[in-house]
Amino acid sequence: MTDNISAVLYLISSIFFILALRGLSSPDSARQGNLFGVLGMTIAVGTTLALPNVLSYEVILAGIVIGGGIGTLIARKIEMTALPQLVAGFHSLVGLAACFVAAAAFFRPEAYGIGTFLNINTGSLIEMSIGLAIGAITFTGSIIAFGKLQGLITGAPLTFRGQHALNAILGITLVALIAWMTIDQNETIFWVIFSLSLVIGILIIVPIGGADMPVVISMLNSYSGWAACGIGFTLGNSLLIVTGALVGSSGAILSYIMCKGMNRSFFSVILGGFGGDSEISGTTTSRDKAIKIGSAEDAAFIMKNASSVIIVPGYGMAVAQAQHALREMGELLKADGVDVRYAIHPVAGRMPGHMNVLLAEANVPYEQVLELDEINRDFAQADVAFVIGANDVTNPAAKTDPSSPIYGMPILDVENAKTVLFIKRSMASGYAGVNNELFFRENTMMLFSDAKSMCDEIVQALN
Amino acid sequence: MQTGSVDPLIFGITVLVLACFVGYYVVWRVTPALHSPLMSVTNAISSVIIVGALIAAGPSETNFAQLIGFFAVVLASINIFGGFIVTQRMLSMFKKRR
Repeated sequence: MTDNISAVLYLISSIFFILALRGLSSPDSARQGNLFGVLGMTIAVGTTLALPNVLSYEVILAGIVIGGGIGTLIARKIEMTALPQLVAGFHSLVGLAACFVAAAAFFRPEAYGIGTFLNINTGSLIEMSIGLAIGAITFTGSIIAFGKLQGLITGAPLTFRGQHALNAILGITLVALIAWMTIDQNETIFWVIFSLSLVIGILIIVPIGGADMPVVISMLNSYSGWAACGIGFTLGNSLLIVTGALVGSSGAILSYIMCKGMNRSFFSVILGGFGGDSEISGTTTSRDKAIKIGSAEDAAFIMKNASSVIIVPGYGMAVAQAQHALREMGELLKADGVDVRYAIHPVAGRMPGHMNVLLAEANVPYEQVLELDEINRDFAQADVAFVIGANDVTNPAAKTDPSSPIYGMPILDVENAKTVLFIKRSMASGYAGVNNELFFRENTMMLFSDAKSMCDEIVQALN
Repeated sequence: MQTGSVDPLIFGITVLVLACFVGYYVVWRVTPALHSPLMSVTNAISSVIIVGALIAAGPSETNFAQLIGFFAVVLASINIFGGFIVTQRMLSMFKKRR
């Protein structure tokens, strides 16, 4: 196969990848889009296997069978609640694979036509070093993110004095090392760049708290793309550059959307320290005020007599695995002639779109599930807002209290509904460590229980 | 300007910048409800890095580069199969009302 033919095939493969993302513009075309993605990947792998210097088919086949088997097994077994950690884990693999490819290019540059060992042309060397560094940062950063999401590491931000200074020094050292590499190629510098990047990957993720995980996971998504891009430059392969850029910009846009959903700047998220357990002043005085407590029967009665109910699910619903019971409740209400809809905040859950997947898994039709912009005005006409496992995203302090850490964050205006039913295990504050004045409102009824058992009880009462 | 004289780096940057524009417009059109599948599918396609891994694992003689190439093929394959399958699983759940 000539270089020109393979280049054309790689181009076709890139087009399929673009179509794969394009398909996600609506749920109807998305499945076809995914098939385009598979097709693009098949063409890319097939084309590479047909290259004249790729000969050891047994070894390659063994690798694909082992990897493919593991990947298939994981993807089939994984619970949808564990999706964020799965994606974080997968990102780490892309990062490590990028490091391996960079190492292969460094130790055997002839295979890629970029020079000979310790005599690689400067351009390729810089590109390779950047690919290696981003790959290593993605690798360890994703492992830390995985640990935090899986609960292996505390979700609280880990901060210490001089943290930012240390990171800055390490970052500058990394750039200096890459520059040094261009003057004096040797194995030691290669491994130092690799190790230093691994350390930086850990250090940039540990200070970021659990509440900011949707941003982190999107950011690492972006990094894994840029790592592929860096390798693409080294190999002079347009397919890798195009795909890397698609993934990189996708992750960057998702990070932006998540930051906007929390009214935080990207830099304040990166600098970390947000989302601990500390009690924040300002709203603490409201603690003494009275709250109204209701039972499942009360909730069932109120909702049965309502004409429209908007359900606001949050991560707590996923933790309690309440989505199926919730869907059953919604269907019973619908059968009674109640208009039931779901309102999703952009940062509900631990990754972008997480709530939508969980509700879809529970067989909630997607046209009942609406985004913040689409539904926020309807709360004023709604009889009931049913808040389950969400807290900070409903806190009116975001609009009224400039001293609140979540001030300015777009929230779901649940307080405009005639009645707010708020399921909560206890009076503890939300993930951002902020008290919610909503609990003390006249039109709020607190339902103290585990989200799933409360839904089950309401379903019983409705029957 | 003769096309033959363009530095491969400039050519690469041209491709990169254009692809970023394509990515920008395509990703903004993705419906927010499908942001999770977007992440898993981008994760799968970023494993196109397997192209570099295959070239490393390709030579018939065994050496360090071929060994790490092999490992990179394994890692990328986990991602490709895992990423596409989990995306398919998610998308199959997004159904219209019966």
